[in-house]
Amino acid sequence: MSRRIRILVGKPGLDGHDRGAKVIARAYRDAGMEVIYSGLHRTPEELARMAVDEDVDVVALSILSGAHGTLLPKVVQCLSTEKGQSSLDVLVLAGGIIPEEDIAGLKAGGVDEVFGPGTSTQEIVEFTKSHLKRKVA
Amino acid sequence: MRDLNRNFQTEISDELLEGVFRGSRAHLARAISLVEDGAGQAVRLLSRAYKRRRKAAILGITGSPGVGKSTVASGLVKEFRSLDHSVGVIAVDPTSPFTGGAILGDRVRLRTNTTDDGVYWRSLATRGHLGGVSRHTGDVITLMDAYGFDDIVVETVGAGQSEVDIMKYAETVVVVLAPNLGDDVQAIKAGILEIGDVFCLNKADLPGAEGTRRDIEMMLNLKEETGWRPPVIMTQADTGQGLDDLVKAVMSHKEYLVSTGLLDKKARESHLAILKEYLNLLTVEKVIRSAETDGTLERALQDLSSGNSDPLTCASELLERHLKEKPIVSF
Repeated sequence: MSRRIRILVGKPGLDGHDRGAKVIARAYRDAGMEVIYSGLHRTPEELARMAVDEDVDVVALSILSGAHGTLLPKVVQCLSTEKGQSSLDVLVLAGGIIPEEDIAGLKAGGVDEVFGPGTSTQEIVEFTKSHLKRKVA
Repeated sequence: MRDLNRNFQTEISDELLEGVFRGSRAHLARAISLVEDGAGQAVRLLSRAYKRRRKAAILGITGSPGVGKSTVASGLVKEFRSLDHSVGVIAVDPTSPFTGGAILGDRVRLRTNTTDDGVYWRSLATRGHLGGVSRHTGDVITLMDAYGFDDIVVETVGAGQSEVDIMKYAETVVVVLAPNLGDDVQAIKAGILEIGDVFCLNKADLPGAEGTRRDIEMMLNLKEETGWRPPVIMTQADTGQGLDDLVKAVMSHKEYLVSTGLLDKKARESHLAILKEYLNLLTVEKVIRSAETDGTLERALQDLSSGNSDPLTCASELLERHLKEKPIVSF
């Protein structure tokens, strides 16, 4: 049995720019994955609920507002609550405008990897494929 | 949920189904994935769920790309919630024929009730299935019905003129239209306009809405008279205007089906259509698999390339040869 990888591309918080999210969504699509796009201005609770309902393998969060330090760990926390898991079976990725010095804090908050501006979509897709927490085959 | 991950590899435990029956959305979500991915255990899962269906009202929403199907679906969810109905939504978007990937963007329109426990929204990709829905749409409806929603809303892909598979599943089909998408000749063509039980003329604030409404009404005037004349409801789904009327129209269609006994007739037709679909699926799979194993498929392909035979003859020979072999259980 082979299954499709499902990804939620999410936009948490008050941040109206989703060009990056759309580029990433498109790259994942072209890599053969099913991408659910959340739309703008979602709360951590909403994103966690979407991730559960859509049974995704990956939550990829795009954030440019500067509120990543608050919102991203909150998404992880809501996911744990929603799924009843202390250790998540969902890969949580982040991208956008995130200063280097904030990355360690985000990782401590449960974000698995952070991609900054200039990262190639290919690199992100490869990373995603090789770090899935649920088996594909 | 951690146990479920282990079972993902091996067997679906009955725990998964029990979770669905108990009302756990995480279990429902996982069960839908397994069925969609054609896991070996899906047959057992579905046959048990099928017996536990609670007969939700099933509503189809179809129409061309961009007319506002997702916005209408989102608005209907809100209306159903105000009546205290729980709602499951299946929103289908197309799969890329080149990569197998898909962008499932219908959620973007879901602006309210996003963390409401009475709403479950699932985006499905067509995965190459034609007809406007995905291959497992009927199966996902079964799972959602076993879970216990009062209403199940199925939104098709942006449909052209002949994606009418939604008829098989839905008791009531809402065809969503927008103004100025064609002249009155478009309105008398066969296909999607024939399957509407209710017409939703969305974006009714745009110029030309009245003309389009007239075209639809004219088309309906020419239709053979039955006990039900599909109403044309003008809506502006983004503001919610007209959606209460749409819900009323949908509910009175259901009442009509029940009171005339047409609901049972419709169910019978739908069972036949779904049975045929499974027969197709299972027959093709079985014949191809078996013909692959003993080399007759390869021989048929050679005969076709050399021009020694034709496709219809090859197909009937393969069917005759392989149909009686032992049945396959998975799909």
